[in-house]
Amino acid sequence: MVIGEGKPIKEILAMIEDRSKILLAGCRGCVTVCCAGGEKEVGILSSAISLARQNQGKALEIKEVTLERQCDPEYLEEIRSIVDDYEAILSIACGAGVQFLAETYRTTPIYPGINTNFIGVTQEQGVWAERCQSCGDCKLHLTGGICPITRCAKSLLNGPCGGSSTGKCEVDPETDCGWQMIYDRFKELGCLEQLEVIIPITDWTTSRDGGPRKIVREDLKL
Amino acid sequence: MTSDSHLEKMLGQGEFAVTSECGPPRGADAEVIKKKGALLKGTVDAINVTDNQTSVVRMSSFSSCVLLTQIGLEATLQMVTRDRNRIAIQSDILGAAALGINNILCLSGDHQKFGDHSTAKNVYDIDSIHLIQTVKHMRDEGKFLGGEELKGIPKLFIGAAANPFADPFESRVVRLAKKVAAGVQFIQTQCIFNLERFAEWMEQVRDRGLHEKVHILGGVTPMKSVGMANYMKNMVPGMDVPDALIARIKGVEKDKRAEEGVKIAVETIQQLKEMEGVHGVHIMAIEWEEMVPRIAEEAGLLPRPQIA
Repeated sequence: MVIGEGKPIKEILAMIEDRSKILLAGCRGCVTVCCAGGEKEVGILSSAISLARQNQGKALEIKEVTLERQCDPEYLEEIRSIVDDYEAILSIACGAGVQFLAETYRTTPIYPGINTNFIGVTQEQGVWAERCQSCGDCKLHLTGGICPITRCAKSLLNGPCGGSSTGKCEVDPETDCGWQMIYDRFKELGCLEQLEVIIPITDWTTSRDGGPRKIVREDLKL
Repeated sequence: MTSDSHLEKMLGQGEFAVTSECGPPRGADAEVIKKKGALLKGTVDAINVTDNQTSVVRMSSFSSCVLLTQIGLEATLQMVTRDRNRIAIQSDILGAAALGINNILCLSGDHQKFGDHSTAKNVYDIDSIHLIQTVKHMRDEGKFLGGEELKGIPKLFIGAAANPFADPFESRVVRLAKKVAAGVQFIQTQCIFNLERFAEWMEQVRDRGLHEKVHILGGVTPMKSVGMANYMKNMVPGMDVPDALIARIKGVEKDKRAEEGVKIAVETIQQLKEMEGVHGVHIMAIEWEEMVPRIAEEAGLLPRPQIA
């Protein structure tokens, strides 16, 4: 899923400094699961903002809503009837949701209340970790199911580099070396010979380097 | 001969090669690199110039190499894939060959986190093995990666690095094998402080017959002080500095410790000379270039053979 985390309250307060009536919109998708932008976080953030504004002597009216998803047009429609009653929307969905709101409600300023960090997994309660860079050309069958583009700080395809030490990455002693993990996995699978294969130069056109990406499925279009 | 490289010629004729390296200045003063180069004249067969090592911005390796060639020295262009995509890389390869640089060392480079611009974006369009393939493709196929024909071939002698001391140890020789398969012709290793482990790695290299396919130059760095030894041990990733070596330097009086470091470097070279498959040494005297001629002299590497 998409993993995000709340922006510092100071940054949010600065964005909405001149506003007196805002819509605070959460999302029941990924950001609910990673506890960054669901209904619960809408409530917490709303209270924090209200309190801060009261202390500043600048009261603010906040309408709390949590949409099923902010990345689907039908759910964005749910707030159409009330959007014009507010000066701005503070969205705590991922970056896609924030942008989709902006595209849908063209005359209403939209502010991001969270930072969108990565596509990842819940490693344990309260710990999320990155797993995919969405390069658009999955190579996991070549690397034992561990992505070197994501898990190696240099995205090396034929690693490990000379900085791999006792299983850790040179960039951060807390971070596992992606290529050590690939090596261990090959060993476990009994296919260490796969380490010998040179993975060729990447075609990055399927990644962001080819420009913003879009998938059109004619078979699914109405 | 695949190039006009003096280093390639030396190694091809079976001479035990000596290379060294210069770190470029953190400014635009050409004299700094020329002075460092002049210190090494007659002592080494080629001089590497590092490419923004540890991600600290310096004068480019490319321009520093040109400055060295202007004073009659043979330069080895170190090139990292951290800062350039395949377009810039191929363009620099052509420029380097056109300006008389004969050797290239293909590296992935230190992560920008270690440098003075840690907020930078890294590139890593290709990795160091791809860079070897790229130079070879341009030189031997006469084509760009994109497939178009080159007008004028960059005749470069292709090198790369190997770190026998990083982990996982069993993968280190595999990585060398991949570099050889990609077309590398010479290897300069990470600084060797743990000769035992290096010998173990060389055994694996010989078991695979790689020593007959690539010229391996062992990396040697003299320790100036206990502080430097500790720093290398604890702060430089993938560096193997045995406690016994630190104890040996500590064991002599403070003002004789640099001397002891030089002695250790000389002994290391002497042992490397005896190791089957080691075809030379790469002396990296970090900000201590003036010590290289003495080390080479004491290790019996001088005078350098004059070859046609």
